[in-house]
Amino acid sequence: MTAFLRLSGIHKRFGPVAALSGVDLAVGPGEVLGLVGENGAGKSTLMRIIGGVHAPSEGRIEIDGVEVDRLTVPRAIAAGIAFVHQELSNFDNLTVAENIFLGRMPTRGGPLRLVDTRALNADADVLLTRLGATFAGDTPLSRLSLAQMQLAEIAKALSLNARLVIMDEPTSSLTATETERLLTVVDSLRASGVSIIFITHRLSEIEWLADRVTVLRDGRHVADLERDDVTAPVMIRHMIGRDLKSVYTPPVAPPGAPVLQVTGLRTPRYPDRPVDLTVRRGEILGLAGLIGAGRTELAETIFGLTPALGGEVVLDGAPVRLTTPRQAIAQGVFLVPEDRKAHGLILDFPITQNISLPSLGQLARRGLVDRRAETVLAERQKAALDLRASNLDLPASALSGGNQQKVVLARWLALSPRVILFDEPTRGVDVGAKAEIYRLMRALSDEGVGVLMISSDMEEVIGVSDRVIVMHEGRIAGSLTRDQLSEHAILSLAVGQPENARHA
Amino acid sequence: MIDRKNLGLLILILVVSAAVAILNPRFLSPVNLSNTANLIGLFGIFAIAQAFVIISGGIELSSGSVIALLGVIFVDLVGNNVLSPATATLLVLALGALIGVLHGVLIARVGLQPFVVTLCGLLIYRGVARYYTEDATAGFAFGASFPTLEWLTTGRILGLPNSLVAMLVIAGVTGVLLHRSVFGRVLLATGRNPDGARYSGVNTQAVLITAYTLCAVLTAIAAIYLAMYTRSISPASHGNFYELYAIAAAVLGGCSLRGGEGSILGVVLGTVLLQVLQNLVNLLGIPSSLNFAVMGSVIILGVLADNWLLQRRAARTATV
Repeated sequence: MTAFLRLSGIHKRFGPVAALSGVDLAVGPGEVLGLVGENGAGKSTLMRIIGGVHAPSEGRIEIDGVEVDRLTVPRAIAAGIAFVHQELSNFDNLTVAENIFLGRMPTRGGPLRLVDTRALNADADVLLTRLGATFAGDTPLSRLSLAQMQLAEIAKALSLNARLVIMDEPTSSLTATETERLLTVVDSLRASGVSIIFITHRLSEIEWLADRVTVLRDGRHVADLERDDVTAPVMIRHMIGRDLKSVYTPPVAPPGAPVLQVTGLRTPRYPDRPVDLTVRRGEILGLAGLIGAGRTELAETIFGLTPALGGEVVLDGAPVRLTTPRQAIAQGVFLVPEDRKAHGLILDFPITQNISLPSLGQLARRGLVDRRAETVLAERQKAALDLRASNLDLPASALSGGNQQKVVLARWLALSPRVILFDEPTRGVDVGAKAEIYRLMRALSDEGVGVLMISSDMEEVIGVSDRVIVMHEGRIAGSLTRDQLSEHAILSLAVGQPENARHA
Repeated sequence: MIDRKNLGLLILILVVSAAVAILNPRFLSPVNLSNTANLIGLFGIFAIAQAFVIISGGIELSSGSVIALLGVIFVDLVGNNVLSPATATLLVLALGALIGVLHGVLIARVGLQPFVVTLCGLLIYRGVARYYTEDATAGFAFGASFPTLEWLTTGRILGLPNSLVAMLVIAGVTGVLLHRSVFGRVLLATGRNPDGARYSGVNTQAVLITAYTLCAVLTAIAAIYLAMYTRSISPASHGNFYELYAIAAAVLGGCSLRGGEGSILGVVLGTVLLQVLQNLVNLLGIPSSLNFAVMGSVIILGVLADNWLLQRRAARTATV
């Protein structure tokens, strides 16, 4: 059988960083290929190569056994490769039919090029019926549920005579029934000869659906599993097993009393899943989980950015109400946000002003900013954090990722922190600055500051945390002490497969 | 301290003034200078007001209508001896504050778009002003005299019209507010990156409401000065397009409509340039119907030049 699509020896480098090194992948007609791997294993990069968005640095791409020289987006579409996206890129101001046929709508009226609405809707309805959809083509897209929008996306793929449909986490926001229905649709597509690449963290879906599975780890191709080997424990075993460099520094003292206690906290993202957690003095608590597990929402709710729907936050034994970041900051609860550029900094403000922004109240006399005190503060923080900037009047945008993160830290350390919530603290930070940030986190924790670290980087979670809690779809799936920490244990909890994991 | 942008603006003002003075020496006549100075004072006050809203990332389109509404109310109350000038002034400032708070709450709390809220304000206040006088012109009775009020608004100190003096005082105070105070700093931060400001603990809603309130109160002050300058107000036309003069002055003065950027000195210089251009049209015998066309052309050229300089600087730093 000739594979519809075959990639061999694919390498992709972004500057000095290798995102993919030597990946092979093949999918035949009427075959469902499961693609699994941890966050950052290279799945998305690989899919962008298949879609023609990125050109591989090295490697061979064949479609129907013929080598494709340069796969571009139009060529990929012409070859029948279609995506059903994780974040749907739709126009919710248009109807379903208009979305499906955007740019290819049937026209009438000759040179007037009016849209032939009747033909348009009829064409759409044929596709939607084939997928068992319960809505018509003339429905405004804004009225569809997420699951229905996905069907519309699949209809769009079919309208392009797709021969390969790539689904990236299609079920992550669906309910159980919706998921079941989607899997049935995938099944029927397979029966009609369409190839599917199915990417998901929900290994049970892969078990149910996939004919074969390709496992990626650290940008490398680690295994191809045939149907009989497609079980969650086997997949997990292949997904983990990276060489983790240990950077762990133990705390100077055993953990003390709880600094931050959260009980029954409910966030708007997962309103029916209350969360409990405790950060103790002198420990770094890692918060692991897959992207979308609700970790950032949890941190933002504790910080007062999004209102809690219920639950209690207790600081040093006293209940507090943190409904705005201002209140959280006044209580010494700080957030180092995930998106440094959009949330952590005012990017084109001078470094000094970025550092002083939350401290302006203390730096002012009768409402006027004491600029000498402001400069003194910034200089002091620069020295304390070894901030590498030639001049503190430069905009923060002129700094490297690591130094930008130090600016974010500098502003909080200028106040008196009791709890710091780090959300992906070293994303986009080079190795050297990473180690410095870890050292700082340890020093803070040793000084008695409660440290909660959200991280999707396994090496970081295992290398830095004294204790780890793992979230899975809005819920704390489990807690692991330092001696229980392993990539396997964390990942099993993160994908919601703790039982399987234990027997593996 | 003067930055590069303001220096450029100052040079442009001097060049244009010198050219006009050479072509028509009447430019430098005491009457003309005093007249222009008076107009700079009047327009400068509400241009500074506008700047605070633009720096917050918004826009205030109702300035002209507010000037008309508060103007007719002021002239009516004072001219008909309903209230003393001092009480009437306080009332008008309070009304201005009320309008500003209303705009601020609708924008910052309810989340409506500044353009929509203030466009509706433009229509509403103009309509109310016309209804208030039944479309008649509001004015002081013949021979009416309010010596203190008149001295404060249309008098002179050391030969300078008091409108200009008032504007300079306001510029000084608001300059300190914008460039030195905590409020100014968080306003700039909120205008540039509202999310970033919120994550830093800034109460961005309060900042926005304050910006709109400050804008409206300053506009109320301008309304009193303009009322005392014209002494009679026809509510259908008084203050028409003034919001656009103010926006133009602020943009010329380096305020970005993206928010988070601008200086009071720049806005003052922008106002000066606009008035000099208006004067140029009058003195050089250019048909006054071309007034707006000249103003628009100069602004677009200024913005293009600024854009070009920015790109050139960016290209230079990129190659370094």
